[in-house]
Amino acid sequence: MDIILSDMQEFITPVPNFVMKSEPIVIKRRTARQLGHLDALESESIHILREVAAECANPALLFSGGKDSIVLLRLAEKAFRPGRFPFPLLHIDTGHNFPEVIEFRDRRAQQLGERLIVRSMEDSIRQGRVVLRSENQSRNAFQSVTLLDAIAEFRFDACIGGARRDEEKARAKERIFSFRDEFGQWDPKNQRPELWDIYNTRVHAGENIRVFPISNWTELDVWEYIAREQLEVPHIYFAHTREVIRRGNGLLPVSHLVQPKDGEQPENIMVRFRTVGDMSCTCPVESTATSVDEIIAETAITRITERGATRMDDQTSDASMELRKKEGYF
Amino acid sequence: MSVIESTALDNIELLRFITAGSVDDGKSTLIGRLLHDSKSIFEDQLSAITHTTSKRGMKGVDLSLLTDGLQAEREQGITIDVAYRYFATPKRKFIIADTPGHEQYTRNMVTGASTANLAIILIDARKGVLVQSRRHTYLASLVGIPHLVVAVNKMDLVDYSCEVFERICRDFAAFAEELKLYNITYMPMSALNGDMVVERGDNLPWYEGVTLMDLLENIPIDHDINLDDFRFPVQLVCRPQTEELHDFRGYMGRIESGSIQVGDAVTVLPSGLTSRIKEIVTYDGPLDHAIAPQSVTLTIEDHLDISRGDMLVKTEQKPRVTREFEAMLCWLSEQPLDPKRKYLVKHTTRIVKALVSRINYRVDVNTLNREAVDIFRMNDIGRVTLKVQQPLVCDDYERNHATGSFIVIDEASNNTVAAGMICPPEG
Repeated sequence: MDIILSDMQEFITPVPNFVMKSEPIVIKRRTARQLGHLDALESESIHILREVAAECANPALLFSGGKDSIVLLRLAEKAFRPGRFPFPLLHIDTGHNFPEVIEFRDRRAQQLGERLIVRSMEDSIRQGRVVLRSENQSRNAFQSVTLLDAIAEFRFDACIGGARRDEEKARAKERIFSFRDEFGQWDPKNQRPELWDIYNTRVHAGENIRVFPISNWTELDVWEYIAREQLEVPHIYFAHTREVIRRGNGLLPVSHLVQPKDGEQPENIMVRFRTVGDMSCTCPVESTATSVDEIIAETAITRITERGATRMDDQTSDASMELRKKEGYF
Repeated sequence: MSVIESTALDNIELLRFITAGSVDDGKSTLIGRLLHDSKSIFEDQLSAITHTTSKRGMKGVDLSLLTDGLQAEREQGITIDVAYRYFATPKRKFIIADTPGHEQYTRNMVTGASTANLAIILIDARKGVLVQSRRHTYLASLVGIPHLVVAVNKMDLVDYSCEVFERICRDFAAFAEELKLYNITYMPMSALNGDMVVERGDNLPWYEGVTLMDLLENIPIDHDINLDDFRFPVQLVCRPQTEELHDFRGYMGRIESGSIQVGDAVTVLPSGLTSRIKEIVTYDGPLDHAIAPQSVTLTIEDHLDISRGDMLVKTEQKPRVTREFEAMLCWLSEQPLDPKRKYLVKHTTRIVKALVSRINYRVDVNTLNREAVDIFRMNDIGRVTLKVQQPLVCDDYERNHATGSFIVIDEASNNTVAAGMICPPEG
């Protein structure tokens, strides 16, 4: 980073009179170059992670193997090395995850030498805590039950997640430190005011804070950061040939969970995933991007939101995410 | 988003701004227009709002629907909380805090304003400067937003009249002078038709200033943080105690203002002990120097007792260390301020018990008159004297936002009940 101190530069300020451009006022000021946007976002996220570590008694970092939580892990390295992470990694496994993502998750945790806790929805189903209508039903919405059970089991008082405000309109109203009551519920009308960078992390026993250090990042920022940091991501993020069917507005990957219905014709086309969630409702997009740079180029000109393109469960109603979050979804 | 060379995006600036205005001033339409004309609206969003517009029996696309987030808001057709929006142009990245204009949600405006570089105050050309416009402007000045834009919107409804625009500007300027606000840009616009937002349009030929987008992309913001005084509140102490790092003791935190170099003399406050910077450690390797707002880990030459809540400063740039100070307080909670109770104050990385020892006055945000009161209720703003149990290391808010701001927490409910800005000592 270049610092230009004591260098007097001239700036033309906006026109002071109301209508006409008269003599522009030229003011002299000392300048120093601002951090670039990725540096600024990174520093903000590190600051947030360190606040969690300092003030919360027993936090966990939600790691799914997806790109946002991959970025979170790098930010945690930047925040805490040369020390260890002051929290374990936690994954809520729906049982419908892509196998290559699960393989990546385990490998990454091992590389980092950090503790990974996995709690699976299969267990919640066996215990009768989750009742599904059918085996192949999307399990995204039911993750909340397993997550809340894990929070109770380990007495986590803070869960760090990779959600971003640009993902979805209910997320756009979320605080960085988002308070949840003892039922894990989010009350959008009664959020704590969040001012400057001073975070209120305090909770009573049984309550919980969800922390979103990359709230202010966009999908493009995430990919630019992955490129800059040369982070490995599961290969299903890159374009590959896959058997899919067209259903509704999206493409669905054919798997043991999704089989063609009558009249649906499976096709083999080049696709990539923009998010990696539940296999039964995560749709790939048609793409030829086989490298991070090509994904960045596609993301910069894309015309459809990340969730709009890739999540069937968010298209159920205008308020799907809002309703799920009120029930304890992260 | 427009087509952008990915490499060109790598080191552009981030500008945060808020939009403030009364109900129906067209805030949501303006944001919708900025997103739409800068090609930041996605097809699925556009098709969803087109669908909703027609469901409500209206024609075309109601851009204000883009910023409606929650079910409750859509039902009532209002905005109930701060919503954050993101867009980029090849020149800058933008974060918008969309703050509601309802009286009962002043706290959201203060929230959105606290991190903003710039505020757009929207005024309805037909209505002129209203009580609410004054309130929003006062809040923007209180929170010290560095740049203000007065957008006189709905010019289409006053026949794009230059006289109307100038009259509103004169009214506003008179009010702004009372607040000692001089760095204001005035612009006429029609967010509905897109005049002067991203495109100039053909309807305002008499206006020779820049468009809103032009201003947002080019206004210098590199001086918005204090670059003079080095302030480093310690967040965490890093002691790995591994074999190879047996003696490593690093102080982790973010440089809130100023800059630091290896070898600089530093003072630890409040203890007053001094040492020199030995290393600036980062994951990406050691640095010779670092500037705000970088997050780093510092090591020093001497073994001193330093913990979270302490602050490292350059020895020649000392802040105040005090257990009693005056501050402007904005009360955010439905539970009124109780001067008999102890609260918690979180200031930088330090949390201390605090007592409001005196309420000096409340400001009537509509008239700017000072009134004597016994308590503060929600949305009240005024000057108080605070006593704190342990000393705070602080600067005046107007000199340094990071070390001059604090929040007040109610220990019983754990809610954030007030926002505070430290005043210069009276005298």
